Amino acid sequence: MKKFCGVTAGVLAMLAVVSFASAADPLTINGAGATFPYPLYSKWFYEYSNANPGVRFNYQSIGSGGGIKQITAGTVNFGATDAPMTEEAMKKLPGPILHIPTALGAVVPVYNLDGVPAGLKLTPDVLAGIYLGKITRWNDPKIAELNKTVTMPNADIVVAHRSDGSGTTDIFTNYLATVNTEWRAKVGRGPSVNWPVGIGGKGNEGVAGVVKQIPGAIGYVELAYAKQNRMKVASLRNKEGHFVTPTLEATSAAAAGMSKSMPADFRVSLVDAPGKESWPISGLTWILVYKDQKDEARGKAMVQFLKWAIRDGQKMEAALDYAALPKPVVEKVDKALKQISFRGKSLY
Amino acid sequence: MKGAVAFRRKAADRVMKWVFTLCAFLVILPLFLIFFDLVIKGGKELKLTLLIDLPHPVGEPGGGIANGIVGTVAITLLTMLWSVPTAVLCGIYLAEYGKGKFASAVRFAADTMSGVPSIIMGIFGYILLVLPMKRFSAWAGAAALSMIFIPVVVRTTEEMLRTVPTTVREAALALGIERWKATLRITVRTAWPGILTGILLAMARIIGETAPLLFTALGNQFWQTRLDQPIAAVPLQVFTYAISPYEDWHDKAWAGALVLITMVLMINIAARVLTRDKR
Amino acid sequence: MARKTGENIKDLLFERTTGGFAFLVLFLAVLLFAVLLRESLPALRKFGAAFLVTGTWDPVLEKFGALPFIYGTVISSFLAILIALPLSVGAAIFINEFAPPWMKTPVSFLAELLAAIPSVIYGLWGIFVLVPVLRDVLMKPATKYLGWIPLFKGPVYGPSMLAAGVLLSIMIIPFILSVSREVLATVPQRQKEAVLSLGGTRWEMLRIVIGQHCIPGIFGATILGLGRALGETMAVTMVIGNRPEALLSLFQPGYSMAAVIANEFTEAVGDVHLSSLVLIGLILFTMTLAVNLAAKWILTKMVARASRGI
Repeated sequence: MKKFCGVTAGVLAMLAVVSFASAADPLTINGAGATFPYPLYSKWFYEYSNANPGVRFNYQSIGSGGGIKQITAGTVNFGATDAPMTEEAMKKLPGPILHIPTALGAVVPVYNLDGVPAGLKLTPDVLAGIYLGKITRWNDPKIAELNKTVTMPNADIVVAHRSDGSGTTDIFTNYLATVNTEWRAKVGRGPSVNWPVGIGGKGNEGVAGVVKQIPGAIGYVELAYAKQNRMKVASLRNKEGHFVTPTLEATSAAAAGMSKSMPADFRVSLVDAPGKESWPISGLTWILVYKDQKDEARGKAMVQFLKWAIRDGQKMEAALDYAALPKPVVEKVDKALKQISFRGKSLY
Repeated sequence: MKGAVAFRRKAADRVMKWVFTLCAFLVILPLFLIFFDLVIKGGKELKLTLLIDLPHPVGEPGGGIANGIVGTVAITLLTMLWSVPTAVLCGIYLAEYGKGKFASAVRFAADTMSGVPSIIMGIFGYILLVLPMKRFSAWAGAAALSMIFIPVVVRTTEEMLRTVPTTVREAALALGIERWKATLRITVRTAWPGILTGILLAMARIIGETAPLLFTALGNQFWQTRLDQPIAAVPLQVFTYAISPYEDWHDKAWAGALVLITMVLMINIAARVLTRDKR
Repeated sequence: MARKTGENIKDLLFERTTGGFAFLVLFLAVLLFAVLLRESLPALRKFGAAFLVTGTWDPVLEKFGALPFIYGTVISSFLAILIALPLSVGAAIFINEFAPPWMKTPVSFLAELLAAIPSVIYGLWGIFVLVPVLRDVLMKPATKYLGWIPLFKGPVYGPSMLAAGVLLSIMIIPFILSVSREVLATVPQRQKEAVLSLGGTRWEMLRIVIGQHCIPGIFGATILGLGRALGETMAVTMVIGNRPEALLSLFQPGYSMAAVIANEFTEAVGDVHLSSLVLIGLILFTMTLAVNLAAKWILTKMVARASRGI
């Protein structure tokens, strides 16, 4: 009994020391949300923490839905999403929130087919048909006629989608709903939808993993995931009728007209953008922060980071195939950052 | 035995013998397969850097699971800090004073809880601690894990105490020792190896738990020893790496799994050795 | 034992203190149930009992039903039992009756090790080893020749109800095995010898003796394994395919109650969504409770029978 008390006391003491010693730890800021920008954010937070040892950003990539939910519940300091919050969702918030755009990405169809080269040509209706479960084999005439130079295999199409609430899904379904009336009527748009067919993967990582593992699979992921995993990416016919492959340039082209029409709250959609070179499934990704910060130190650190992110951070985007925000947008965002305050005092 | 019937019976006997052998073989086979893979695939990535480095950004090779190891240790110790006294004292109560409706209710409660899927304990931790505290934390993770730990240890403690013969108790009381002293110094001490085994086995169990931590401890990329912040844990990292598309992360998942199973097995073996010693 | 006359303050304090901790345990159990009930009320109010049989899971329209998950949990668990039961009983018979004495300890030790492996490691092995093997060696060929049977319809993804069932069976084998071994050990030696001395073969002896004595115990062991399988989360979610639909084919993906909670909990934005998930948790809680209680009841009855020397 005595020994047990002794051990308990020892453990208690150890935990106490560890807990208090860590009071000198760097300031930790917790965020959660989209997997879409995760390759970029993970690089950002790593580099930023190295350059600014007094602060650490712990980001958990659990999906845009998770980001929105946790920032609403207040269990994290910031959220991240590629699906802008709806009016209804914002009503549930305890205070006004800012959508701070950080980067532009592309949602791309990836597939796992031996013997078929990258750049398989697809049209919006074919893509919708696959995801509606109406086109079920790779050698379906609708696909074959677009790709006459390729022998399409006689294999089942295994559809992969997200099993979690996802901004990537929101962008993808928004696109399908915009370009295909049947999709719009049957399924609609959202971070989580009632998928007619397919298997679910958790996060962009999960979908990429599923497609990599299953021969004959098709999925949709953010471009960085496709590149990092050396996956085959399809080319899509855009609004102007051109088949484009998703590249940095194509994403930037989609954003070209964006600066003029950018609303004050930055919640804008870029799907099916006009322009010959535009990638039709492009999207912005945002960081969600409350206007009124409850913690001065963390709020200030957040603002400093965001200032860095929209300028210096943008330089790291090209390497990961995210497109940088156009200059006029950066200036608008910078102004918006001034709104973040603690007890009325701006933290800028 | 003679004749066609006899032949059939003998043949049936032979066949069934082989069927049973096959069953035993099939039962043990997965174990070998899994361990084989763990050692080969996990060993590939098992460098020193894995054990002492922090995770690298997504897509960049290298890095390790050091924060997960520290996190697992921290959460486990935290859980056991309040769970061990609670469970053991509760078990003592049930063994020593455990007749009547109240004791039956407590036993029923413990039995119920020990059958509850661990993910539900995660829900419990989230609603009870994460939401009001407005953050994910090691505390919440430990709260969820303690709901798994306590019921198991309550029952094993009670069982172990019951194996102490009443003669021992009565002898102590006859010598004039106070009841509480007799219970602690003699009954508990006698049953202690068994009780400790129960504690160790429960500890091995919670070290490997992932589901309850998914939305309580959440996970962390960095060193984190503060208990009121999200914290990394090895099972969480194994899960995240396993379902990712990166080959590099898959290797790390196997290595992390190897580290995890080593911790679990060491504790299991320690528990067995203890019981063997004192019997 | 001496009662009131011998008691002093310290004894009373000791009893009250330990009793306090006992009460704490009881309180935690009640609290758990209360929390689950309170958080699932919104969904209960909105959907009522129809929740159990509705097949839609639509976060956009906020229409939720637990049917695909209940179906997935039940089917994968029963599949697991179907595979695990004969194997475990067969292995138990082997260990107890046929194995050379030196083999008994190592083999049972190894079986216990299986029980200690965390679920996430089973899941890891499942994704990278079991699923590809099942897909290429079993499911794809089976679909080619037997695909007309609804149970084996393609297309074959890999992650599937079958994969979940097989993985679960490996996970519950240690439990059924250890209880079966105990049950077999309670058979009186005299009975076994009686049959053998009358000229019965080993197999015949086992058949008679097991049939008479062990069925309830093995049944109890099975129910115990079932309880375990119903609640398994990580391993299942990594190999079942995460498709919220109740499909007939074993080769198709599915979903389970525990898996959907694990996947969607952190991001259920709507209150109804979260409440529906907690309600699924409550249903799972109730199911596992019922099954575990049944198992305990059967097992205690079996122990009683054995001790009465039947």
